[in-house]
Amino acid sequence: MSVVAVGALLLLAGCATDEPSTASSAAASEAAGSGTGEQSKFFVQADYDRELALLDAAPTGPAGKPWEQALQPEMADTAKFKKAGPHKICFSNAGLNNPWRQVGFKTMQAEVEAQGNRIEQFVHIDAEGKDQKQIADINDLLGKGCDALIVSPNTTATLTPAVAAACEKGLPVIVFDRGVDTTCPVTFINPIGGYGFGHVAADFVSGKLKPGGKVLALRILPGVDVLETRWSAAKVAFDKAGVNVVGVEFTDGDPAKTKKIVNDYLQRYGTIDGVWMDAGAVAVAAVEAFLDAGQPVPPINGEDQLDFLQLWKDKKLTAIAPTYPTYQWRTPVIAALRILDGQQVPSPWKLPQPTITQDNLDQYADPDMPPLHYAMCGCTDLPGYPDRWK
Amino acid sequence: MRIAERRPLPVRLPRVRAGSLIPILVLLAVLLVLVAVRQPGFLAPPSLMSFLGRSTPIILLAAGQYFVIVSGEFDLSVGSLVTAQVVVAARLIDSDPSRTWPVVALLLAFGVAVGLVNGLVTTRLRVPSFISTLGMLLILVGAVYLWSDGAPKGGLSEEFRRFGRRAFEDVPALGRVPYALLVLLAVATLAVLLSRSDFGRTLAAVGGNPRTAELSGVRVWRAKTIAFVLSGLAAALAAILLGGYSGVSFQAGAGLEFAAITAVVLGGVALGGGRGSVVGAMLGALTLETLFALLNLYGVAGALKSTVQGAIILLAVAVSSVRPVSR
Repeated sequence: MSVVAVGALLLLAGCATDEPSTASSAAASEAAGSGTGEQSKFFVQADYDRELALLDAAPTGPAGKPWEQALQPEMADTAKFKKAGPHKICFSNAGLNNPWRQVGFKTMQAEVEAQGNRIEQFVHIDAEGKDQKQIADINDLLGKGCDALIVSPNTTATLTPAVAAACEKGLPVIVFDRGVDTTCPVTFINPIGGYGFGHVAADFVSGKLKPGGKVLALRILPGVDVLETRWSAAKVAFDKAGVNVVGVEFTDGDPAKTKKIVNDYLQRYGTIDGVWMDAGAVAVAAVEAFLDAGQPVPPINGEDQLDFLQLWKDKKLTAIAPTYPTYQWRTPVIAALRILDGQQVPSPWKLPQPTITQDNLDQYADPDMPPLHYAMCGCTDLPGYPDRWK
Repeated sequence: MRIAERRPLPVRLPRVRAGSLIPILVLLAVLLVLVAVRQPGFLAPPSLMSFLGRSTPIILLAAGQYFVIVSGEFDLSVGSLVTAQVVVAARLIDSDPSRTWPVVALLLAFGVAVGLVNGLVTTRLRVPSFISTLGMLLILVGAVYLWSDGAPKGGLSEEFRRFGRRAFEDVPALGRVPYALLVLLAVATLAVLLSRSDFGRTLAAVGGNPRTAELSGVRVWRAKTIAFVLSGLAAALAAILLGGYSGVSFQAGAGLEFAAITAVVLGGVALGGGRGSVVGAMLGALTLETLFALLNLYGVAGALKSTVQGAIILLAVAVSSVRPVSR
């Protein structure tokens, strides 16, 4: 009798523990059914909610100078870093290996020039997109008597210990663009971020489609926080809209590969109703794939790269361009000087992240600048414009 | 070997002659049927034309690679040469249409020069071609990176891009004939004529047995060097078409050297030289592209491409080495 009772209890217990796991696996397979796969391990709900809220927030700071503005700033005290100038500012750069970084770095150099004699020396080391080189670079710079260190990390996790080691040396460290997993830098500068970017684009694309519409998502590469967050926000939006994401592919940011992938999908599915991209560098290649196949270009997002804006204008595309503005390369230099003056700086320093839409397209599509230039450089008032960027 | 060929084949054993086109034609036909079953529209003229247009660069590279392989060497540098050419073209043209033709001429000269260096280093300095062209691959990759800071600059003019992107529209019966296809026809004709000329036969003899060729008065180093130059020239043409097709790209030529070698091997050309035909090599390239199209239609990940290529190379070499040598 008691054996039966225990057996029944065990059965019940078994049922009780089984139930949630069945439910969760059902939910997972349902999510996989929309084609977006599992959520990225970089996804943090609280950050997502905060970024989406920031999209509507009004910035503080001088009007017309978004690189000096901040969204909902919390100020960090920097009195202990106060130091007499002129200063030696060092910069460990993840790489110059894409046009976005090229435009950004030129903007940063121009900002250094604009600061005149406040900066005695500006040391730049290019890590050429290699984690190991950047770790060594940061280590080298620590022995060079820098007054402030700016880091644009190549990848998040791998560079964290190197940045933490730099903080321990006592000099102010400023991280921008891609983040690190430590709060030891004085400030971390970036625009609203990947969730905002990915959400704006996915919201636009899915808003133009019927439920079940076929969306192709093109990503550059996995494992970089700013790109992972873009995709994870898009995934949330696509799942919500109930569109059919037929493919999520990595392009390595390469136009040849992108065109091939889009072609393959057109061949496989006949038509594609929307294209979402986590970065605009290859948007033109994706559009060309549709044009060359003689198909209408579906709703698509790009970025503020001029070749895309121009194509958008010429071919009258249904498009949107959320930006990851290159003017953020100005801010670390400004921040470094403020910190060395002992002034408070926002930490984290969230910059506004404008979106280019049909309504303000003409304002940004400048036919006189090169096709690989980024419209949101905030560089028109800097020394050497426009020739430095040509 | 020629004497052996003139003898009638034994009837009881309908064995396929080395370098015969029959296996590759059968394979291509089977793949085309499979593709057509999956997607009947594929064989309609417009879609077929654009497929041929897109496959042209790799077919050109296979033709170039044929001359090198039949002479007993390898050319591993063609992929990075294509990339270098596209990046150089973008930077030099810098979106200025008037520079299109001078840059096209320069690219062809660049291709010839790289082939010449490959050939001379291999034949005169006696560096095995596997190493000399691998060295060239690394030199080109590094030079491009250094010259461009790791990101492409400038842009290709529409005039340059039309070779790889545009087509004759509204052609009766065919619809749309890509310019690339005309380039392909011209190159294929020249390649066939060249491989059947005295030079072509000499080259195969050099690959088959360099010592005998040398003793019978052939200047082996010159024949081989010309083969490398042909491969460089083919890479230049492929670069013009690929750059036109996809625009400035740092990966325009990534992996093309292996695709070309796979295609040549698939087309029945013996690695190590001496046997095979340029038509087989070009059909090999077309077959490879059809295979990739088929994999794509069945939703097989693109990442599997290199695995497939590797398997083909291993299989082809294994098959040719177990084939009885004596006849």
